[in-house]
Amino acid sequence: MTDPNALSPLDLETPDKTFLDANELVINMGPQHPATHGVLRVILRLDGEKVLGLECVIGYLHRGVEKIAENRTYTMFNPYVDRMDYVAAVSNGLGYCEAVEKLLSVEAPPRAQYIRVILTELNRMASHQLWLGTHALDIGAITPLFYTFRDREEILKIFEKYCGARLTTHAFRIGGLQYEAYDGFEQDVRNFVKFVRPKIDEYEELLTTNRIWVERTKGVGLISAKDAIALGVTGPVLRASGVKWDLRKAQPYANYKNFDFEIPTGVNGDTYDRYIVRMAEFRQSLRIIEQAVEGIPEGPIMAKVPKVMKPPVGEVYHSIEAPKGELGYFIVSDGSTQPYRIRVRPPSFVNLQALDMMCRGQLVADVIAVIGTLDIVLGEVDR
Amino acid sequence: MVAKFKQCYGSGITALTHLGQNYLEVDHSLIPDILRILRDDEQFDYCVDITAVHYPKREKQFDVLWVLYSFARNERIRVKTQIADGDSIASSVSIWATANWLEREVFDMFGIKFDGHPDMKRILLPDGWKGHPLRKDYGIIQQDNEWVQINLGIESGQ
Repeated sequence: MTDPNALSPLDLETPDKTFLDANELVINMGPQHPATHGVLRVILRLDGEKVLGLECVIGYLHRGVEKIAENRTYTMFNPYVDRMDYVAAVSNGLGYCEAVEKLLSVEAPPRAQYIRVILTELNRMASHQLWLGTHALDIGAITPLFYTFRDREEILKIFEKYCGARLTTHAFRIGGLQYEAYDGFEQDVRNFVKFVRPKIDEYEELLTTNRIWVERTKGVGLISAKDAIALGVTGPVLRASGVKWDLRKAQPYANYKNFDFEIPTGVNGDTYDRYIVRMAEFRQSLRIIEQAVEGIPEGPIMAKVPKVMKPPVGEVYHSIEAPKGELGYFIVSDGSTQPYRIRVRPPSFVNLQALDMMCRGQLVADVIAVIGTLDIVLGEVDR
Repeated sequence: MVAKFKQCYGSGITALTHLGQNYLEVDHSLIPDILRILRDDEQFDYCVDITAVHYPKREKQFDVLWVLYSFARNERIRVKTQIADGDSIASSVSIWATANWLEREVFDMFGIKFDGHPDMKRILLPDGWKGHPLRKDYGIIQQDNEWVQINLGIESGQ
């Protein structure tokens, strides 16, 4: 009996004669390769130019974040999470703060929630911009990189004005926010929305119907919805395969339930659809930011949390929709000031596992496209 | 759902809720049957995470956890079991393909072996490394000095 949930069988012809009469060629890509955006080593098994299979070797950036957590207090560990997915530090912080808040049974005040949502969505856009620029660069389109980095700068400027840091922001605190929004924050955000909306059309003009882009991405790195679910793939990669699932809607956290937005999905689950989904997500983020910035209520920005945090004994799993997928924190408290165990469920790590399946049968040049489209950050894969 | 499980497995299974989150505590002999039933009959088709927690003072030192999610029910559940140091547990790779790397990470960090895993080896740390860092008896600045000296050619990484 065949298992209905098993992964789709791969339709590969086995070659009897290949390049130089070698049955297969094994080559190393990385760990220092410009297209892996970090230190990822991929061992490719090739038949000529066709990929028969691959294995990822990871861990080069392993810093033992989970071990460090057990030796720090809850507050002290907060800045560490920024260093996992360092291009979406704000999202990491949101997930961690909310998980600890759940454990403490406190909730951030409404004003803090609104500012959190604005900053998180800005960060989602910054993360997608970095993805688009580098992904296009890998495939051979250089111009988008300059466009996206130019516009990403505007987001980083808002972060810098808000909390003094551009990348590892440490923007949130357990229980709310450390800093009140600076004078003119709302206006800056409004100006940014106005500024960036036509820019997104500009990116699309460069790529969406560009023949080279379409040829390099359509039908490349296919993954079906069934396989994506079996492999635990989340985020835009899952949605591009046609699964309409976003944690912001499915299990709303922060105050996402107050905002009106849609979940963009794709049909084919190829690299092109993932590009389309992320482009649509830019616009949805802008919608959320627009609504949030008009609705920021007055009030406190910090809930009542003790200076020395000792969450009651227990455990909690909380996850958010990070730009890359489901980012979860599983925290066990033993009632002391330090977490007994923190487990981070990293979206990049789990998504990277699908690389093997998505690359089989493709050309070796497409491996670059698929690594790009998965939007992994090695800091998060290795933690 | 829980009532049905109780009927089949009796005392081997306990259902609990903490902070509004449901979890099942099951006997380790029921793994992987219970996981398969959760996927096939209860539609928990997405394995979010597999992890472990070390309690060195307990007789059965390790908690192994599965965080599951069902798209159809929009529900999460955690399955938790206890095993002793040195014991192995049945792999769930045949149930969810995603378990492959997650189980390798648990093995890497805790030294818990999963029976039936297609490729049970370390994932984040190098293959020859000694020790499993997330065990409580592994120090925060401890490392495999021998490995560091041989492979990196330096006295210590600290």
